[in-house]
Amino acid sequence: MKGNIALRGQSICKSFNGETVLDDLSISVSRGELLAIIGPSGVGKTTLLKILNGLLEPERGDVYFMNRPLEFENDRDLEARRKMALLSQEPYPLLKSVWNNVAYPLKLRNKDDIEEKVADALEHVSLLDFSDRKASTLSSGELQRMAFARATVFEPDVLLLDEFTAHLDPYNISVLEDAVDWYLNEKNAAVVMVTHNLFQAERISEYTAFLFDGEIVERDRTEKIFDEPEDDRTQAFVNGEMVF
Amino acid sequence: MASDIVHVTLLSIFVSVSATLLASVMAVPLGTIMGLRKFRGKEVVKTMTYTLYGFPPVVAGLLIYLMLSRQGPLGSLNLLFTPTAMVLAQMVLVFPIVTGLTMSSVSEVAKDAKETAMTLGASRWQTAKTVLNEARIGVISAVMVGFGRAIAEVGAVIIVGGNIKWHTRVLTTAIVLETRRGNFEYALMLGAILLSVALLVFFVLKRYQDKGVKM
Repeated sequence: MKGNIALRGQSICKSFNGETVLDDLSISVSRGELLAIIGPSGVGKTTLLKILNGLLEPERGDVYFMNRPLEFENDRDLEARRKMALLSQEPYPLLKSVWNNVAYPLKLRNKDDIEEKVADALEHVSLLDFSDRKASTLSSGELQRMAFARATVFEPDVLLLDEFTAHLDPYNISVLEDAVDWYLNEKNAAVVMVTHNLFQAERISEYTAFLFDGEIVERDRTEKIFDEPEDDRTQAFVNGEMVF
Repeated sequence: MASDIVHVTLLSIFVSVSATLLASVMAVPLGTIMGLRKFRGKEVVKTMTYTLYGFPPVVAGLLIYLMLSRQGPLGSLNLLFTPTAMVLAQMVLVFPIVTGLTMSSVSEVAKDAKETAMTLGASRWQTAKTVLNEARIGVISAVMVGFGRAIAEVGAVIIVGGNIKWHTRVLTTAIVLETRRGNFEYALMLGAILLSVALLVFFVLKRYQDKGVKM
């Protein structure tokens, strides 16, 4: 059902080597919603995604998955992690064929109908003909499409995308954006997309949040953030006037 | 003479394969944990492990000899001058090599493979298995190098084994003996057999390197 909060970060603080990266940050995303997080490089967007995914423990604050707080000990909350996926900017191909890479998360979960599910996932990113290829031989665009299929084949409720189309050509960007759109609508998933490509945020996200100085400065509908932002810093960033 | 050759060859294979397997059973998990985990004193442990690559075989032999001799702590086991003592001596030499090289191979792929496995829902155990599988080329190379060290070793096995005919004589100690006797042709033939054994074992290990572990 659209509208239920799927993932929520509450008062998150994180610092590295004494330098504060995230400072009392709160954020949430609901099912059926695509939230873009924009902000300059190095403001902690990737750190935030890793915390939301349970990979990185915050110093303070909590992450709630389906209203249940995430445990960061004891196998890092395997049950919750198995309902989320994080797609990074540079996906790592396991030493296997494309088919085996996509089947990998299903095998971890002892799922049935692996053949059918893998074929389906590969078809959505136009990679069905590449099943037998070694993942390490794919181009960066093909690799990211394979990684998308691998991240969605087990139908996670939350999909976290970290600059997932950075440095890709327009064809691959288009295939991946279509795939995100399909996944969002078909599975009623919650999608959080970190990007510094403002055009992409404007193009595909329903909501946008501006991350700056360790906090969410503003979160609203995407057109509002881009056309009538309330905060001067947001205005400066979306207009390309912010000097770092 | 033919039965002599068969015996020393089979004993060589038995001693070195056993030593490599037993050392690897402990060294591969230890190297994997050391490659995956951050802990206080890791650099010191790494340096010590790498230093032990050059552990002199005669010193290893001497230490095992002292432990297994009648006055030694394990003297009551009556293992001195037995193939078991030779396996123990070779294990001491193989263990640091397999541990250190496994640790290096795992460290190389650890960050990316670990993170990928975890983001796709792997448990701790599944993550370690995935990382180990990703590092398998390096890990099996580590086992190969360990076996190479064991099968070519002479100093330690001659001390703890005694080079006793039909009992503890292996290819390397037989080569030493035949060279001293001036039987150079025979010694060279034993050398060729030693190389063939190494080639055969490396060929078997290479197949595992290519296949990987089923997840």
